[in-house]
Amino acid sequence: MDIWSFITNPFVSIYELIRGGLSGLLTSVGVPDEIVRLIVFLVMGGIVVTVLLIVAPVMMMYMTWLERKLVARMQDRIGPNRAGPFGLLVPIADMIKFLTKEDIVPEGVDGPVHFLAPIVVVIPVILSFAVIQFGVGMGAVDLNLALLYLMAMGSVATIGVFMAGFGSHNKFALIGGMRAAAQIISYEIPQILAVAVIVLLAGSISLTGIIKAQSGLFGLGWFIFYLPVGPIAFFIFLLAATAEINRVPFDLPEAESELVAGYHTEYSGMKFGLFYLAEFLNTFLISAVGASLFFGGWQGPFVQQVPVLGIVYFFAKTIVLIGVQLWFRGTLPRLRVDQLMNFGWKRLVPATLALILFTASFLWAYRLFNQFLTGLGG
Amino acid sequence: MDVIGIISQLVFFLIAALTLAAGLATVLLRNVFHAGLALVGTFFGVAALYLMLEAEFLAVVQILIYIGAIAVLILFAIMLTRSLMKNEDSNINKQWAWVATVIVILFVGLFILILQVPWQHSGTAVYTDLVPHLGTALLTTYLLPFEIVSVLLLAALIGAFIIARE
Amino acid sequence: MITTIPLVYYLTISAALFCLGLFGALARRNAIAVLMGIELMLNAVNINLVAFWRYGSPDPIGDQSGIVFALFVITLAAAEAAVGLALVIAIYRSRDTVNVEEIDLLKW
Repeated sequence: MDIWSFITNPFVSIYELIRGGLSGLLTSVGVPDEIVRLIVFLVMGGIVVTVLLIVAPVMMMYMTWLERKLVARMQDRIGPNRAGPFGLLVPIADMIKFLTKEDIVPEGVDGPVHFLAPIVVVIPVILSFAVIQFGVGMGAVDLNLALLYLMAMGSVATIGVFMAGFGSHNKFALIGGMRAAAQIISYEIPQILAVAVIVLLAGSISLTGIIKAQSGLFGLGWFIFYLPVGPIAFFIFLLAATAEINRVPFDLPEAESELVAGYHTEYSGMKFGLFYLAEFLNTFLISAVGASLFFGGWQGPFVQQVPVLGIVYFFAKTIVLIGVQLWFRGTLPRLRVDQLMNFGWKRLVPATLALILFTASFLWAYRLFNQFLTGLGG
Repeated sequence: MDVIGIISQLVFFLIAALTLAAGLATVLLRNVFHAGLALVGTFFGVAALYLMLEAEFLAVVQILIYIGAIAVLILFAIMLTRSLMKNEDSNINKQWAWVATVIVILFVGLFILILQVPWQHSGTAVYTDLVPHLGTALLTTYLLPFEIVSVLLLAALIGAFIIARE
Repeated sequence: MITTIPLVYYLTISAALFCLGLFGALARRNAIAVLMGIELMLNAVNINLVAFWRYGSPDPIGDQSGIVFALFVITLAAAEAAVGLALVIAIYRSRDTVNVEEIDLLKW
């Protein structure tokens, strides 16, 4: 391995070095071939999972900081500025606060359900990160069903919200839980349909396949540029995804001014911290998915020559999308429940269905035209 | 038997035990909401069994539809009818002893049948992406059932809406 | 992986799950619990379909009829759950109960 390829692709190179070293070591000791593969698989999997589990929460912590700073600026305030330069230590202080706070379990809650709910909310989000491609060849798993898997994991979180809302035996929590569940299952449909448009364009449901399909035009053949389908699909995806993770303007399940805190009213300490973590990880996740589907993920100029640029591109796009969602939060008022349901079912779903029909017929006509041209030439 | 084989058998038994325990909890738990959550556990176990059977697509669909839609619908219905789940003296009706007897007989009969039949294993390992073949099959060989099922879904949607409307 | 677990294991699990579901459908008093029993039975059927596809089919890649059937069963289960739960909610609205033993207007 020459030094240039190491510099241009450091993370994958380090991974390959460790894997090669480990399997070489085990083989030289005389471990059977099959067990070597098993051990290498487990160890390397463990390393990847550890890195993911460190990167995602750190990312989440600084998203809370970014949110405070940005929203403060939008509201003509300064935001956190005491702990550390620019308030950069605030997330760490927050985490210490979460970890040391008393964990209050109110009397009369449904014990096991109340205990398990935050865990059930967090696990699917973290599992979703398994298929995200952070850079060239930098995903934990390159699943051929990645998109379907992401949608499935997104829908599992509903169960946790239900458990929190129902297990708390509190009317605010119950109303919040029911609102959340209704909202998630309603907005899941336009989200999946908007993603289906991209699947039609890319001809693949693997995230790698979709990113590779956007490599044209010097790394700028992103699906958002496929007029008019791309921007509309992206808009629908962003709205539906924002609704699915209960963020402003769709934060009815935890509307502070009506429902105290919605389904996590009865949670304190680290259990509340887990809900908080899940919310921000979800924001990160849908921004990452949006960046991969519509903005080419790690695609960009010179990414073939210098693969490490892919990570930079990916995180830049993701952070811009996160910023858009924070912008929503700083600008838009909250919807009412009936407005939310009407908008979802009467506007978004028909619009997305029409979009799919248009894309499919356009692609079909395009293929016929191509066949006609080749027929003419041959 | 090799190491991988032993591990996969262990994994299988773990999944099987969890699935059956969750299934048992689904039919026996007194609190209907807990039973619904146990049902979610069973669905997860079945999805894991599909993964063991190398049907990844079906496993993901199982999670997406059974857990994401059907279980959520069931939990929703439990919430809407919640006043009744408290203070219920028994969740099992009067004929449960009869039913249990018949079901034990049925299970023993099925088990004996399963052991008697000489099943042939012709399955070889598949490591290819099955989904393109599945999609082609759905839109060529099974096109008519596919369309009929979509019409049926539409009918169920309208029917459920009309029945549940105030 | 596939060679180390005999088909009989899957069939046994499926049979057990089916029996549990049947018990739930026949012996529970709450109508929603009855529906949950039916869902368990449908899941058991699906395990069988996929296991037979995986072990019995000579060409599991080209002929995925087991998976196709399981997909149809899942679709039907979704339709059944939607209509069934709509019925339960309608009954709850008019009769104020979801206990199947008390829903006996047609009994004479």
